[in-house]
Amino acid sequence: MIDSHLIACHDCDLLLKPPSLRPGAVACCPRCGATLYREIKHGHERVLAFALAAVVLYLLANCFPIMSLEISGTKVSCTLVGAALALWNQGIQTLSILVMATTVIVPGLQLLILLYLLIPMQLRHMPPYVPELLRTLQLLRPWSMIEVFMLGILVSLSKLAAMAQVIPGIALWSFAVLMFMMTAVFAAFDARRVWRLLPVMQ
Amino acid sequence: MSADQPHINSDADSATAKAPLTAVRAGLLNCHACGLLSRPTAHEAKRCPRCGAHLHSRKPDSITRTWALLAAAFILYIPANLLPVMHTSSILYSEDDTIMSGVIYLWTSGSWPLAILVFCASITVPLAKLIALTTLNWSVQRSSRWKQQERARLYRLVELVGRWSMLDIFVVALMVGLVHFRALATITAGPGAIAFGAVVVITMFAAMTFDPRLIWDPENNQDE
Repeated sequence: MIDSHLIACHDCDLLLKPPSLRPGAVACCPRCGATLYREIKHGHERVLAFALAAVVLYLLANCFPIMSLEISGTKVSCTLVGAALALWNQGIQTLSILVMATTVIVPGLQLLILLYLLIPMQLRHMPPYVPELLRTLQLLRPWSMIEVFMLGILVSLSKLAAMAQVIPGIALWSFAVLMFMMTAVFAAFDARRVWRLLPVMQ
Repeated sequence: MSADQPHINSDADSATAKAPLTAVRAGLLNCHACGLLSRPTAHEAKRCPRCGAHLHSRKPDSITRTWALLAAAFILYIPANLLPVMHTSSILYSEDDTIMSGVIYLWTSGSWPLAILVFCASITVPLAKLIALTTLNWSVQRSSRWKQQERARLYRLVELVGRWSMLDIFVVALMVGLVHFRALATITAGPGAIAFGAVVVITMFAAMTFDPRLIWDPENNQDE
């Protein structure tokens, strides 16, 4: 038996009748205060647009140097992958993997999955493996740390400024915009809308 | 932003005036992935009829797993703070930086807003997170009814804030990636950075294995 007219709060298990919300409104659990869901104003074409812009920024952010450093005539610049490789070469592979995973691999996978889901859906077609990919997307969410990395760039920028002349690179600006773009993507993406399209086995 | 409060199933509400009706009491399982409520069938493995995820009424072995992860994080917290995270060597000097000395360096060099920021992200947040999760897990184990709403809020805060501790790891990675001027100056990562990264990752897992629904479960047994 399926109770499709009821939901349970994911944080306290309270059974609730979900209210239909005005666009932009948020439903909160009356017992524990958790956010149950929000009614997103716009359709998924907006997410797709944000995601495509994010892909461009993602490529820029990973291909160009984040910043360059100049000490007495010698200039060194560094990309994100370059920084992770430097850690790897120093024998600290675990940290190298952690940095790569949270700033390159996870955000990249998130964007790929979103494009894989949204492009066919815009063409009124449901691609295979939707449940698995939506679940992966949910699982990846806490491990995507572009915004934390951006703060890391700012902190190291000011630390290095005391040591040498620092020149911000293209990737620095790309990361800054990518951070906002990723936030916009996930604020506009409504996984519930995709889940609702899936059939329930009786 | 306006918040609309959904109503508790009103007929069920009057029947059990004291204990609120939860999915568990109604014999329903809530899918953690897609949010579908379903009534489990007796014989087969419990899977969500919509998305195929394995269903559990509560996260499996939540309390035990959270304890194990917290213990590991507490142990690693010591080397994370005592061992150097970064080693700087140049022609003039060579020095080891721990997390705290990095904060002090920022403070004394005049960028105190950044010093406060790094202090919060690298020292306050990991410690506060460990203490908060320990308190939560302990209170849940005792089936405590103490300040449930505040504990629920604390858990959401822990989930939200935990990732920001990665800040120092990223700073170390960038410094190492940039500063390698042969004889002039080189920065290498220290063993403290590995321990610190492990603390951040393990506490994030601990926050994931903790089941906030256990905070409210004592309510289910109220009239028994």
